[in-house]
Amino acid sequence: MQLPDAEKAFDSLAKKIQADAHKDFALIGIHTGGVWLAERLHQALGIKQPLGTLDVAFYRDDFDKIGLHPQVKPSEIPFAVEGAHILLVDDVLQTGRTIRAAINELFDYGRPASISFAALADRGGRELPIAAQYTGVTLELPVDKMLELKCGKNGKLSFHLYDKSLPE
Amino acid sequence: MINRNPQLDEHGVLQHLLTTEGLPASVLLHILDTAESFVGVTERDVKKIPLLRGKSIFNLFFEPSTRTRTTFEIAAKRLSADVFNLNIAVSAQSKGETLLDTVNNLSAMNADMFVVRHAQSGAAHLIAKHVQPDIHVINAGDGSHAHPTQALLDMFTIRRYKRDFRNLRVAIIGDILHSRVARSQIHALTTLGVPEVRVIAPKTLLPKMVERLGVHVYHDMAKGLKDIDVLMMLRLQNERMKGANLPSPEEYFKYYGLTPEKLSLARRDAIVMHPGPMNRGVEIDSEVADGKQSVILPQVTFGIAVRMAVMSILAGNQV
Repeated sequence: MQLPDAEKAFDSLAKKIQADAHKDFALIGIHTGGVWLAERLHQALGIKQPLGTLDVAFYRDDFDKIGLHPQVKPSEIPFAVEGAHILLVDDVLQTGRTIRAAINELFDYGRPASISFAALADRGGRELPIAAQYTGVTLELPVDKMLELKCGKNGKLSFHLYDKSLPE
Repeated sequence: MINRNPQLDEHGVLQHLLTTEGLPASVLLHILDTAESFVGVTERDVKKIPLLRGKSIFNLFFEPSTRTRTTFEIAAKRLSADVFNLNIAVSAQSKGETLLDTVNNLSAMNADMFVVRHAQSGAAHLIAKHVQPDIHVINAGDGSHAHPTQALLDMFTIRRYKRDFRNLRVAIIGDILHSRVARSQIHALTTLGVPEVRVIAPKTLLPKMVERLGVHVYHDMAKGLKDIDVLMMLRLQNERMKGANLPSPEEYFKYYGLTPEKLSLARRDAIVMHPGPMNRGVEIDSEVADGKQSVILPQVTFGIAVRMAVMSILAGNQV
């Protein structure tokens, strides 16, 4: 199956956010793919606020099923969430459960003025009423396939497709 | 059948934390790495996360301890678990109930985790062997045997200040004989690859054949502290001293109390640790305890994050 070009998707995503750049976003990337994207967007859009990162492992809803994620990274938000216009960034949007967890975590830092969401790829399959304001590419994939973003040594982004070994 | 470590299931997954002895470095490092993320949580305005919502954690303290019990309670509450403190020293056991009957009763109340402090070595092991497989046990100190969460928070503190375990000289100083903390520290330090662990104590406060644990024995502070990067002080356990192990606290302080002069014999960037509660003027001088090289209060802070990590890893490791 032909997968979309992740670099082209990134350019398209950056352009769409650029059009709304007057909103003075603070960027937060979700580990791990979302952090790569947020770092690139931070540079491309010339955002002044320092970049934040979130690991939503402590807020996931599948802890009772699969336990703690083996490699939790610290969440770091180096700006005041209270009153900020936050743009959350992640690589692949599917069920919406990660974003639910991220929003919950953010509210434990403060009450943002607004939260928007940018996803590099929206592959459908939502299980929660969540939508991305900005998407790089939209595609339909069977539920037994996992779409993953990878970052090469040269920083080049690419999509990869796997058979799901574990149900989500 | 191989006698496997009772803390690990058949896949090597941690089910109970009873001792640092025999745990692979990967398990210890996973706890330390997870604790790093919890330090961030404890620095926020909202210090609570929903991870263990709905779980019931019972603090079973058969031996009085305010501080350790409180740190476990704070850790559990920050994970959103429901915490029940049972001060059994003054409760059912004094009415004649056996240890396992107490545990059975609490299991029948749908406990998910027991945190156990007991004056008898092996109490937490006994409970872990006895409970249903979906209940996890954390040893919060058993007799003079083990105190694994204290050792892990010490390892966490060392890594925070010294980064790498593999080029350190560490000295454990004081009452090694009665200390469950020292035993757990020695196992953790050697597993994590610390090349030289020393114990410094008078002969009367050292267990027989302590060298078998892989440590170098010193009876003299001046010799023992040379080139040391990390000083781990121990509390002189007055309540455990029976008979004439020591001439007097003053005499002990003269030879083994950590004063600025003795500290100056270690490396200039050495850190000083103490598991608390401290006996100022007995094992440590106030000037050192409150000095620049002391990391005693950060140890307390990191202790919460490490206990959060242990609880959440165990609760997530279901059979």
